[in-house]
Amino acid sequence: MSRDDPKAVEAENRLLEAERKKLARDGPKLRGAKLEARLEKTWRRPPGFLGWLATVDHKEIGRRYIITALIFLAMGGVLALIMRLQLARPDNNLVGAARYNELFTMHGSTMMFLFAVPVMEGIAIYIIPLMLGTRSTGFPRLNAYSYYMYLFGGLMLWGAFALNIAPDIGWFAYTPLSGPQFSPGKRADIWAQMITFTEVAALAAAVVLVATILKCRAPGMTLARMPLFAWAMLVVAVMIIFAMPSVALCSGMLISDRLVGTQFYNHFEHGDALLWQHLFWFFGHPEVYIIFLPATGFVSVMVETFCRRPVFAYPVVVLALISTGILAFGLWVHHMFATGLPRVGYSFYTAASMTVAIPTGLQIYCWLATMWDGRPRFQVPMLYVVGFIVTFVIGGLSGVIIAAVPLDLELHDTYFIVAHFHYVLIGGAVFPLLGILTYWFPKITGRMMSATFGKIGFWILFVGFQLTFFPMHFAGLLGMPRRVYTYPAGQGLELPNMLSTIGAFAVASAVLLFVINGVVSFFRGAPAPDNPWDASTLEWSVSSPPPVYNFEHIPVVESRTPLWDEKGDLPVATGLRVDDKEMLLTTVVAATPDLREPVAEPSMWPFIASCATGIFFVSSIFSPWAIVFGAIPTALAMAAWFWPSETQRHPEPVIG
Amino acid sequence: MLALPLCACSIQHYQSTFSDAAVEVRQFNTLFAIFLIVCAVMYSLVIAFLVGGIVRRRRAGEAYVVETGKHHETNPLMRIGIMVWGATVGMGLIALAIASFFADRSMARAAANEKLSITVTANQWWWDVQYNSADVSKTLRTANEIHLPVGVPVRIILLSNDVIHSFWVPSLAGKQDLIPGRENDISITPTKVGLYRGQCAEYCGTQHANMALVVQVEPYGDFLKWWQDSLKPAMKPTTLLAQAGYQYVTTRECAMCHTIAGTSAGGTVGPDLSHFASARSIAAGTLPMNEANILRWVDDPQSVKPGTKMPKVPLRPAELNAVTAYLETLK
Repeated sequence: MSRDDPKAVEAENRLLEAERKKLARDGPKLRGAKLEARLEKTWRRPPGFLGWLATVDHKEIGRRYIITALIFLAMGGVLALIMRLQLARPDNNLVGAARYNELFTMHGSTMMFLFAVPVMEGIAIYIIPLMLGTRSTGFPRLNAYSYYMYLFGGLMLWGAFALNIAPDIGWFAYTPLSGPQFSPGKRADIWAQMITFTEVAALAAAVVLVATILKCRAPGMTLARMPLFAWAMLVVAVMIIFAMPSVALCSGMLISDRLVGTQFYNHFEHGDALLWQHLFWFFGHPEVYIIFLPATGFVSVMVETFCRRPVFAYPVVVLALISTGILAFGLWVHHMFATGLPRVGYSFYTAASMTVAIPTGLQIYCWLATMWDGRPRFQVPMLYVVGFIVTFVIGGLSGVIIAAVPLDLELHDTYFIVAHFHYVLIGGAVFPLLGILTYWFPKITGRMMSATFGKIGFWILFVGFQLTFFPMHFAGLLGMPRRVYTYPAGQGLELPNMLSTIGAFAVASAVLLFVINGVVSFFRGAPAPDNPWDASTLEWSVSSPPPVYNFEHIPVVESRTPLWDEKGDLPVATGLRVDDKEMLLTTVVAATPDLREPVAEPSMWPFIASCATGIFFVSSIFSPWAIVFGAIPTALAMAAWFWPSETQRHPEPVIG
Repeated sequence: MLALPLCACSIQHYQSTFSDAAVEVRQFNTLFAIFLIVCAVMYSLVIAFLVGGIVRRRRAGEAYVVETGKHHETNPLMRIGIMVWGATVGMGLIALAIASFFADRSMARAAANEKLSITVTANQWWWDVQYNSADVSKTLRTANEIHLPVGVPVRIILLSNDVIHSFWVPSLAGKQDLIPGRENDISITPTKVGLYRGQCAEYCGTQHANMALVVQVEPYGDFLKWWQDSLKPAMKPTTLLAQAGYQYVTTRECAMCHTIAGTSAGGTVGPDLSHFASARSIAAGTLPMNEANILRWVDDPQSVKPGTKMPKVPLRPAELNAVTAYLETLK
């Protein structure tokens, strides 16, 4: 058949037209219960355990991410309690030196790599598509792969702890202590491979989030109308993409030093011990903002909803997020003020570290101005916002103090620092996290959390937190270094340490109360309406919990606070297929409809590929040959995953 | 919470930044006070704004902003406020950065006019201390204890034999890392006679917590006398028991690692023991110095300080007593 033949072309077009008519699309003719039933049938995952493993539903993956991360939080917290018991009294003998070193290594690694970053990603994976008005994340299979990699990395680390080969080199693993000469055995390798797992998982999740936020927004949701939480996650995901390669590089070099005898960190062979610190903190400092910026997104969400007013000065908040993200990469040397680098350089890093206080200070102003102009309703999430401001600002200001070189030289690696970063990470990230979990709990589970227990829990946590960490400032000033398993009597350290231990148990009981409240509410809580807090963003326009396809019709957005501005039904776009999984892609800036993208079907291959990658990573702890033999099954699984199918569909332009 | 600062004032400050025992720690405390005041002002502003926002909400009868339909408008006062706020934060930070810069430079200047040079080499988990002198016969090696003359600027050169450690005597000055393959230094000008404790501040392995040192600041005359005395070779044992211990220590395992001046013991792996018994503690602050503790340490170092590089040497009771008796004579 010749292309030039007009008759043939016409016939072909007729055929296509007929095909197109056979397709089912949502629209005026197909809506209501009939549409719901068809969408349900198209989008639901295959039944059974295999279907559970194969799912690519972002809500299911997000939920798993959140629950897994919270379990790791609990386990890391138990380690903290054991450490606090050991430090309750001077010259205590509850745990020995070696075990204590494992405890703080596991606590730090678990909290940073297995709790804080994954829980933020998990919440974003769950909520971002709902917030942006789309049916799926971009790259849903990559999303599934990301979760399994994260899970396997966490299981490997804690499996090692159970087998008594847990790492004991600190969560920062400074060379040469972590090198082959001073850490024989496999403990350091397990730490380094756990990093490999989590960095692969974090990078995959970051790519998913960037793609989703930039390309999957509802029509009309321009960048300037995007919810602030989406902005925060966009900045964070880009930061992950730039920060993780640095830790991949340095931990890769460490593994190679340990496994095949390279000498990157050995100064006798012209390596350099400090190279590790530069590469690690080039990742490690942005990591702190990777944890903190999503929390600022949570705060913006909660402040807006509970003050019933959009966040004051939206452009300032967005620019503050972006500039914090950029500055974060320019201040890693403030972790190295005691290493004897040139003083001129130090002055720049002091200035850069202090500069971070400007965007952060402006964000705090914006939230306070929103509260001033609106009328705050003190429901449980809002309490966490107030607790966040009162606590986090102390941590931010002690951060300004330790940005000064002469001050840091005394305070570095003391309990003053421990106090500082717990104020920043618990006050700045965990408080907003517990607030936002209370806030989104009804959307995720369909039931409300008990407000009474929520309030009691908040106050126990708030008071317990201050009791635990405020005395640590004094312990540091009184000369107590970090990472010591015991301290001598008579230095004045008894009182602050005893207070911290008592406070730690209060914090633990508050977290336990939160968990119990969550579990009880999940089974017996009051059923949640679609929009229990009367909030403004799109996730509240669907039922609680949301249907598997998220939205019946793709909403069209005309303002920053769509649910507050549309008094009737939301305007919608129609025309997406309902007999097959399809989502709408829009342009990056203006969010005009661009393409109809087929969504990947559930598949076992991400799970199989992550198993193959996991075996590859774990066995390469023991032999360099694993890199050769482990790569083959991984490559095969990936090839099968990406194998083009006969019925492969392609993105199609939007019609009309 | 208020009891804390009070208790901070009443305890002995031999390992604490609440101190005025050296030029460096005084500079720290001045700068720290400046930062605390500025930060307290900023914190009060934030809390006042927060409390103001919460109190305003109690105005009766006013509708929520959304219900008025004016929720996309901003208050002009707040717009001016954000500029004032940004400027205040910026200026506060600039002032602090300048204060920090000048404090840093003045500390660097102090390093230029040193009168005494000491080399401290860190090991897992003890401090090797060497007093440098142009006259080689006056070079002195000791361990875990540093004597400093009051009022004399001293430069301490910092080296490491294994992993990264950090030299920190909080009552005198800030810390500085000891990094294998690099040479760092720190300057201290002590201004007050006294005893100050320091310890390793960078995680360095199993016994990081038991890697302490003591700094004795004393009048210049006493310091010179101590140096002279320390240059003398170790005392000869007088009692029979101590002589038996001398025999053992200088001819058996001990001598492989330790030096005792004036004897055939010349190992350099462990601390110099020439004046062992005049130190205040055993094993870098692990145990106080006394006869019972010497015996306990020599008998089984691994149970006292698990992981230490000193092995358990299987001694018969008689040998153990002899070695202890000899070590006790090393004043």
